[in-house]
Amino acid sequence: MSHNLKNITLKIWRQDGPQAKGNFETHIVDEITDEASFLEMLDILNDKLIHDGKEAVVFDHDCREGICGTCSLMIDGQAHGPQRGTATCQLHMRQFQDNAVITIEPWRAAAFPLIKDLMVDRSAFDRVIESGGYITADTGGAPDANLIPIPKPIADAAMDSAECIGCGACVAACPNGAANLFTGAKIAHLSRLPQGQAERFSRVESMVETMDDHFGSCTNHGECEAACPKEISIDVIALMHKDYRKAKFVNRKDLARK
Amino acid sequence: MSLTDQLLAQNTVKLDSKIPAGPMADKWNSYKDNMKLVNPNNKRKFKVIVVGTGLAGASAAATLAELGYQVDAFTFHDSARRAHSIAAQGGINGAKNYKGDGDSIHRLFYDTVKGGDFRAREANVHRLAENSVDIIDQMVAQGVPFAREYGGLLDNRSFGGAQVSRTFYARGQTGQQLLLGAYQQFSRQVGLGGIRLFNRTELIDVVVIDGHASGIVVRDLVTGELQSHAAHAVVLATGGYGNAFFLSTNAMSCNVTAAWRAHRKGALFANPCYTQIHPTCIPQSDDSQSKLTLMSESLRNDGRVWVPTNPNETRPAHEVPENERDYYLERLYPSFGNLAPRDISSRAAKRAVDKGLGVGAKKNGVYLDFADAINRLGRDVVEERYGNLFEMYERIAGENPYEQPMRIYPASHYTMGGLWVDYELMTNIPGLYAAGEANFSDHGANRLGASALMQGLSDGYFVLPYTIGNYLAPMLNKSIPGTDHPEFKAAEEAARLRFNGYLSAGGTKSPDYFHRELGKIIWDYCGMERTEEGLTKALSDLPALYEEFKTDLRVTGSGENMNQTLEKAGRVDDFFQLGILMCKDALDRQESCGGHFRAEYQTEEGEALRDDENYCHVSAWQWGGDAMKPNLNVEKLEFEEVHLATRSYK
Repeated sequence: MSHNLKNITLKIWRQDGPQAKGNFETHIVDEITDEASFLEMLDILNDKLIHDGKEAVVFDHDCREGICGTCSLMIDGQAHGPQRGTATCQLHMRQFQDNAVITIEPWRAAAFPLIKDLMVDRSAFDRVIESGGYITADTGGAPDANLIPIPKPIADAAMDSAECIGCGACVAACPNGAANLFTGAKIAHLSRLPQGQAERFSRVESMVETMDDHFGSCTNHGECEAACPKEISIDVIALMHKDYRKAKFVNRKDLARK
Repeated sequence: MSLTDQLLAQNTVKLDSKIPAGPMADKWNSYKDNMKLVNPNNKRKFKVIVVGTGLAGASAAATLAELGYQVDAFTFHDSARRAHSIAAQGGINGAKNYKGDGDSIHRLFYDTVKGGDFRAREANVHRLAENSVDIIDQMVAQGVPFAREYGGLLDNRSFGGAQVSRTFYARGQTGQQLLLGAYQQFSRQVGLGGIRLFNRTELIDVVVIDGHASGIVVRDLVTGELQSHAAHAVVLATGGYGNAFFLSTNAMSCNVTAAWRAHRKGALFANPCYTQIHPTCIPQSDDSQSKLTLMSESLRNDGRVWVPTNPNETRPAHEVPENERDYYLERLYPSFGNLAPRDISSRAAKRAVDKGLGVGAKKNGVYLDFADAINRLGRDVVEERYGNLFEMYERIAGENPYEQPMRIYPASHYTMGGLWVDYELMTNIPGLYAAGEANFSDHGANRLGASALMQGLSDGYFVLPYTIGNYLAPMLNKSIPGTDHPEFKAAEEAARLRFNGYLSAGGTKSPDYFHRELGKIIWDYCGMERTEEGLTKALSDLPALYEEFKTDLRVTGSGENMNQTLEKAGRVDDFFQLGILMCKDALDRQESCGGHFRAEYQTEEGEALRDDENYCHVSAWQWGGDAMKPNLNVEKLEFEEVHLATRSYK
């Protein structure tokens, strides 16, 4: 049965823009039902702020079903908060106790410049995908879908990494601000499938190097896997590295043939 | 003379559906054989604006860029991968007949026309069914990891309103995987320079010059700056308007602004009262709730819907004996059972709850029970099929569906109405197109499950890239108005005034407050069941609340940087005007069909009672300068292939 949580203290990061100085602002939520989601608590707070003539706290959110990857809050130092395998928007207040003090910050990573308050710019992820995170198959020329059977375990494994929602928790959780889990997940998804073989080695080379242009380096902390709301395995990073090394030989040999 | 014919004679706008001549199955091929073409080297001379990067927008933008057109794509999200297509769970229909169970293009066409309660345009639906086959091929080629059988071939499941298995799926995340497939194809073109991407940029107005769509005015959400963009053609792939209800399964940012601004510039808005209430959502738990969450219809493949027969039942579900349970869908609709179409299942749930048979603390849901499926198939199989949905349910409702039945209740989910388009998906404004949920054409008065993904991709991949060429070909080497044209300046100025108006309204209540109140009125009177009395009341309550919105709105912050309160104010303003039109349309349509259920028009068994004599038409509304005074135009619907009949799912 539901009950009401009392006296929740929120310490929320406020910052007007990328160049402005930021600070924590404290707000008290006197009472809230534990059925409410974490973001609904922020909605209620924002409504109160507007009522008091103050600016609402800016934060990214959209589907509130844990699938679009828009929400991005560092809650008590954990990307997406305390519940494992759960995006911020799916976190409910029943995970907290009366008198809780909750610190809310934006993703903090050099590759994700701050826009305002809790909102950051994750466009660097799009740049990584644009550099090779696709299979080239222009509309119209596709063969019958059942032409190439894909063993179920392969399709399932591809799906496991394709589940990435692109939220950036992995980068935010990483002490180096690395994007290896994100990039590795896309590479593992596409390189496992027969359709992804043609571009397998050009893809990995291009994506890894674009990633390195924007993000920090991986030093195997494993924080990314722990923070991932889709629980994507760190194995994808090993797969990526293996293919990247191989690509340096394969791609060179192909060039030499020209 | 029927009402349809009388109204037809009074049309003020010429609505030419441009349906090609010839037998139904040949129309689309005949169109493609006869359309005008743009030479590959000339395509780069044309610029096309695509607004929205969901399934329809991303697939259209990617394909147009592949063909060689210059594409400017706009999304208000931070990335093109966020659009709400991503949340579709269950699957996508494709008439592949991989199961050998008698499926065919004709059968998918028939099911869709019938499922839409005979209020869709036949020719469009047939083309959709034809394209469904190519979509599956295209998405597999893009690397979408659809579910497979052990032999490596694609797996299918069945969905509401169909007696065959034609639904392809990727766990409970089909929309996500399809959108990411389209997004990747789109991103490739961004990387190659075929598409210029404008993210965090929202459409504020459509610019029409000399009767042609000439471009758009947008607002950069990060800086607040207004910008004009000119093009040869504009595609709106901006989704539906289900958030008019406030509580819906739509994402928080889904809005009607793009379609509505086009409507105010002359585009007709068709069938706004056709809204879909999805039968399987998690019931509302408290008053602060911001949205409702869908549980995929695919769950009805294995879940059994029931309520206790005793309204005062207090025992936990598993202790209620079989003879004190009412499996009402199986009882009422034996041949479709738990897979009855959405509108029918939703109303049946509402009737049960209205009778006091609801379950849960608020008695506002019905059970969807997996106990039989777990006994029959084993927990592993059920987990394999629906594991992620069960987890999602547990996170939200705090109950474990392996141990106790889910509680579900209908919620606003999809809108069949939208901008009126012809066979080419062009609105009545030349050069302005609407695709995906933003248009009205394929689902009639009710959409079948797993058809939204199909329609978005059909429009974007396989319709627009052809039909836009047909429009552009004669414009080769002719100049188009630039953004220095006075119409662009006027639209920018109007937008500036509008946003300054919200900022200086000086009232006391937030945009969210008004949205919530607006949504309550629309849900109560223009939701699952509508009456003349209720709609009349809504049409007096809504304008009153709208007046209050104009005078008592408070938007804090400035217009010069990221301000989500200001964004919301603009969207709520447009929802008010649309909400009024929804109620007008619902009041005007004196029949029940699909998702539009007027209590006055029902059979003795409580099913929708259509009036084909007087309402077998599309109601396309023209902006009349005032939300309360729209002008009605109609398009008569002719059924050549599928004979008008009362739907029966018994």
